[in-house]
Amino acid sequence: MLFTCMFQHFGDPGKMKDYHYTGPVEHKFSPYAFNGGTVLAVAGEDFAIVASDTRLSEGYSIHSRDSPKCYKLTDTTVLGCSGFHGDCLTLTKIIDARLKMYKHSNNKTMTSGAIAAMLSTILYSRRFFPYYVYNIIGGLDEEGKGAVYSFDPVGSYQRDTYKAGGSASAMLQPLLDNQIGFKNMEGVEHVPLTKDKAVQLVKDVFISAAERDVYTGDALRICVITKEGINEETIPLRKD
Amino acid sequence: MSGSAADCQYWERLLAKECRLYRLRNNHRISVAAASKLLSNMMLGYRGMGLSMGSMICGWDKEGPGLYYVDDNGTRLSGRMFSTGCGNSYAYGVVDSGYKENMTVEEAYELGRRGIAHATHRDAYSGGVVNMYHMQEDGWIKVCKEDVSELIHKYRKGMF
Repeated sequence: MLFTCMFQHFGDPGKMKDYHYTGPVEHKFSPYAFNGGTVLAVAGEDFAIVASDTRLSEGYSIHSRDSPKCYKLTDTTVLGCSGFHGDCLTLTKIIDARLKMYKHSNNKTMTSGAIAAMLSTILYSRRFFPYYVYNIIGGLDEEGKGAVYSFDPVGSYQRDTYKAGGSASAMLQPLLDNQIGFKNMEGVEHVPLTKDKAVQLVKDVFISAAERDVYTGDALRICVITKEGINEETIPLRKD
Repeated sequence: MSGSAADCQYWERLLAKECRLYRLRNNHRISVAAASKLLSNMMLGYRGMGLSMGSMICGWDKEGPGLYYVDDNGTRLSGRMFSTGCGNSYAYGVVDSGYKENMTVEEAYELGRRGIAHATHRDAYSGGVVNMYHMQEDGWIKVCKEDVSELIHKYRKGMF
């Protein structure tokens, strides 16, 4: 087969080839896929918000329009994970199991800070074949104040006031820096963020992200965490 | 610590655990030399596998104040002054020219502040704030957390 191809090429240089032979092609299996999705978390004085879009995509296709990326871990903690959906599912399964084990050993629910530290070690245990997941934890700390913890795929983490992760993070994060962090603004009064203002801001930023990012859209799932519990709300986004 | 955030956080947290265990088992605090050696041996165990960490271990023990530089190759050096990270050459320029044998504490704070501020000014990958800690004989204190853009404007008034 190989020799036939080569022969024909040199034999008829002027004729149009009716096939393409580019040379030996190496096919490689990739254990990862990119399923898109954007996650966002905001911490307030006595509340926390974790929001994500619900689109699950791969390449130019949409697998599902109703696949939220917020996972409820405890009554006061929600985890948002985006990236490779397969790793998101496995990671959340492992976290749920570890939460149960902790509850059985220590007779108490894990706090947000403890879950964050545990997630860091779980991610680092796969340092040389990472979970392709961008995690953000939102919840209430032991004093009842809002807490957000953001992670990289191999486990480095820090506590933030607000953070965006996933495919449209570069679009959301600067807007949050400006509106919540009051960055790049002079002469403005730093008013503390109320829950209703924060929810409205989250809706607005996701609507903006859905306009421009192809992987973000369909619907927005918002989880508002207060000491009363976790309140979920779903609002529609652009479906194109 | 400089390099990969995850590597630094994980291995230094592990080092803290080992130091705590040492204190519980041996009933006295671990020496700076021993703590830094624990970390460098952890790094040597994973040599060639792509870890990225450049850190300095600083403390007090019965020999007095101690400072060691430890990195992902397993290098472990004792010294009076170090700088790590991609902006380290810029910082070395500033601190090497300002270092004096018998500096006061305040002079040392100012030198450290300037070193970081100038490094963040020229190195694209450095920036934000100067987080300064002073390791005293009975523990550490946080000295300052200053924004580098405000500092650089203060230091280079005529330049902007």
